[in-house]
Amino acid sequence: MSAQPRALPSEARIDYVLQLADSNLILGQQLGALVGHAPALEEDLGIANTALDLIGQARHLYSYAAEVEGRGRTEDDFAFLRAERDYRNLALVEQPNGDFGQTIVRQVLFDAWQLELYERLQHSSDRRLAAIAAKGLKETRYHFRYSGSWLVRLGDGTAESHARVQAALERLWPFTRELFDEDDADRELAVAGLTPALPAVERAWSDRVSALLAEATLARPANTPFRWFGRRGVHTEHLGYILAEMQHLPRTYPGARW
Amino acid sequence: MYSQGLDNPPPERMVPAAAVAGGPGERFQLRVDAEEKIEPKDWMPDGYRQTLIRQISQHAHSEIVGMLPEGNWITRAPSLLRKCILIAKVQDEGGHGAYLYSAAETLGVSREELVDQLLSGKAKYSSIFNYPTPTWADVGAIGWLVDGAAIMNQIPLCRCSYGPYARAMVRVCREESFHQRQGYEIMLKLSQGTAAQREMAQAALNRWWWPSLMMFGPSDNDSKHSTQSMRWKIKRFSNDELRQKFVDFTIPQADYLGLKVPDPELRWDAGADCYRFGPIDWTEFDEVLKGHGPCNRERLDARRKAHAEGAWVREAALAYAAKSRPATAGRAA
Amino acid sequence: MTASQLWPLYEIFIRARGGLDHKHVGSIHAVDARMALEHARDVYTRRLEGVSIWIVRSTDIIASDPADADSLFEPARDKVYRHPTFYEIPDEVKTL
Repeated sequence: MSAQPRALPSEARIDYVLQLADSNLILGQQLGALVGHAPALEEDLGIANTALDLIGQARHLYSYAAEVEGRGRTEDDFAFLRAERDYRNLALVEQPNGDFGQTIVRQVLFDAWQLELYERLQHSSDRRLAAIAAKGLKETRYHFRYSGSWLVRLGDGTAESHARVQAALERLWPFTRELFDEDDADRELAVAGLTPALPAVERAWSDRVSALLAEATLARPANTPFRWFGRRGVHTEHLGYILAEMQHLPRTYPGARW
Repeated sequence: MYSQGLDNPPPERMVPAAAVAGGPGERFQLRVDAEEKIEPKDWMPDGYRQTLIRQISQHAHSEIVGMLPEGNWITRAPSLLRKCILIAKVQDEGGHGAYLYSAAETLGVSREELVDQLLSGKAKYSSIFNYPTPTWADVGAIGWLVDGAAIMNQIPLCRCSYGPYARAMVRVCREESFHQRQGYEIMLKLSQGTAAQREMAQAALNRWWWPSLMMFGPSDNDSKHSTQSMRWKIKRFSNDELRQKFVDFTIPQADYLGLKVPDPELRWDAGADCYRFGPIDWTEFDEVLKGHGPCNRERLDARRKAHAEGAWVREAALAYAAKSRPATAGRAA
Repeated sequence: MTASQLWPLYEIFIRARGGLDHKHVGSIHAVDARMALEHARDVYTRRLEGVSIWIVRSTDIIASDPADADSLFEPARDKVYRHPTFYEIPDEVKTL
């Protein structure tokens, strides 16, 4: 990251903070739906912990976005009153929970990315963002430990579990391309020292994921073209349903306080 | 969350504990009378063991099934803070289930056996969780009333004669008061909100009031099995005593919210210094207990589904552990 | 449930903060030590209850038999001279 940040339009900063916030929230929302339905009681508690961490991070990020924006919006305005096209989350996190194997694969791919991102983002020229990343990093390390150990158990468990997680991996892999597809906006953020350059994050992520897949005896899928760019508001069919459910009360009772 | 109304061991288990003078039964009862705690490897009458297994596992099942009605609102909680609070609360219930299964397992029964009993429909859980949560206000009403009633039951259990149960309950009670307070706060926000929100709160109170009173179990006159549990110091107060205490605590809280409990006969009795309330519809209680409540089938189906869908995961984890070398997690320090 | 699905039981001990002993808090089910640590963390430390966790396979714990309690522990009862309060020292004698 550059030591001399140049002026960055606040819209670009807000947009980036919302990308992180929205991914955390949507993934936390999805995990929240699983609490009470996990394969074992102890897993209910583990999943709930991750969900709480992710939504907690989203709240910090929304509050920061609201501050930068300075228009008096709250974390809940961002979460509950934005439309599907305005959401900036990765398409990966809006993919369905599926079976526990798919939940774990989605989590591993995300956690490994968030871990490598936060490792670098904690040195961001934006000190608030750096602080949020440094705090989040402690949580994310545990998330990755949890999801990673489950991926290994399932990959190297029974023939059935191996087949299930390998299939989930094939299904979700295309969505990982979005994590590293760098466009002009991303480059501008990196040049300003706000974010790490994506190619560096990608290399670290790729090494981390490859090592884990090897331990889990899973085959790394080939990269394929992708069509969804959630970070730019182009979502799969799933997000609309997730938001319809999540935003139901504030939308039904405008202005009500809870 | 727990209903002592479930504590109905079959009569054949209720053998007199101190049958033989100077025998183990009498020595056991003397220890209990002296408020000594009974620990897992100590001698205990079979009836005591069976009563505890039944009661603790019913309690654990209630926590687990109790995750469902509130879990129903995790994805729809109306603010991010409420969503976090609700996830933490439902998670706590899972945690309480874990503490309690752990206590039950000290009595020589495995969690798997207990879970099987729940899924096969053989074991009971608190009937309160067979009621639906159609609105957000139901989440508030459950926290305020159901957890409130549960706390009334649980505080005396912290002094239960069986050590592992008493210790689990200390932990549960420490965590439970947050549950009741967050529920009341939800009701408070609703009652201070729009007309639609106040209406939602009142409707939820109407739904949960009577079932909450039923949580304390049958009236003392009809509760046949309490005496032995009292003697064993598994139970310390009668159903009616606890119910009365709950009503006396709760009515002023409802007044503060500006909500009315659905009982036309409710009145303050200045002479007796307590509230008098109308008759409880025990037919409804019996019907729900027999499986004919609004959500009995959904609740058990949800548990069975999670268990069945998790089978391949649990098997895979075991298969992996069997293959891999013993893990070295670091030396004890 | 088939027998193949039984996850072994582990006993959990938590050190609440530096300077205190690890204390038994309960048990959890897990397939191995790593999972046991993760489960212990998720089940027993949701409210900052600990800074360190010990786990032990429940079957590895060897306990004394309550029936032996008399012969194991009673003999210590009458050895009152082991306790400092047994000795009568004049008040004038300090720092003893």
